[in-house]
Amino acid sequence: MKPETCEHLLDDLSDFLDGEASEEVCAEIERHLADCENCRVMVDTLHKTVLLYHELPQPELPEDARQRLYQSLDLEAYLTAK
Amino acid sequence: MNAGCFCLHFTASQVRVTTIQNRNFFREGASNLINDNYDEALLIARLQAGDKAACAECIEIHSPTIYRLALRLMQNETEAEDVLQETFINAFKAIEKFEGRSGLGTWLYRITHNAAMMRLRKPQKYFLSVEETLSEEDGAIVPKQLFDWCCLPEEDFESDEVQNKLEQAIYALPEKYKSVFVLRELEGLSTQETADSLDLTTSAVKVRLHRARLHLRDKLSPYFTEMAQASEKAT
Repeated sequence: MKPETCEHLLDDLSDFLDGEASEEVCAEIERHLADCENCRVMVDTLHKTVLLYHELPQPELPEDARQRLYQSLDLEAYLTAK
Repeated sequence: MNAGCFCLHFTASQVRVTTIQNRNFFREGASNLINDNYDEALLIARLQAGDKAACAECIEIHSPTIYRLALRLMQNETEAEDVLQETFINAFKAIEKFEGRSGLGTWLYRITHNAAMMRLRKPQKYFLSVEETLSEEDGAIVPKQLFDWCCLPEEDFESDEVQNKLEQAIYALPEKYKSVFVLRELEGLSTQETADSLDLTTSAVKVRLHRARLHLRDKLSPYFTEMAQASEKAT
């Protein structure tokens, strides 16, 4: 495959992963992936990267910070236990 | 290259379906306080009338996302807390002027983003609404690592060390990509909501999200490649 084809594919990869690429673009990417090992690895590892971030535990607002937020807004009377 | 590592190769259809399902799952988790009974117009009206119980409701709904956005931008818990307080203080002061052209959440996230950027003393250019294409960005990203590390056992991705690496990679993102990535990918806002929050066009959001993903993949790949190669040697 020509390198410029790989670069072109790279531009459309997020749309492809998010299911937002057109059928025509999807078909083009799928044809390219069948023959291009580098791009196949690229798609796999980019997809895995996205999945890892979707599964990453989200930091929580600490309870003492939540209490201080209510205090700063003079809303302590409305602070309920979590 | 790792030509022999095919154990987690996705077909094109699998890639698309799995990613969409994960995003939908994530969105449900991010908005679990906004249920069928949630009436945003009513909440805004109550906020504008100075109803303190409404302020508390608003805090409970939006403070988790605001805190995480601030934390990822400031990289410091104390400063993130300051930005969180500043966001709500400024928002409740300005709520009378809020016209509801965007959602309450996107309006609050914009205040958070601006407050964080002011503290970081970043140039204001990122607040401007701009159309972006990949060619207008600062040089094409050429993938450096092409070893397929996806074959690592799933449990290897679940360690605290890996989660720290993922967080550190977010911190290392250029600012213009970080806010988009946090709101769109991690908080599950739609492209339009992210654009509204950051005063960007939807096409700019898409470009920045794609760029962020490429940056993160490049940042993480050497680490995972080393793990995968060590695992191969051990077996």
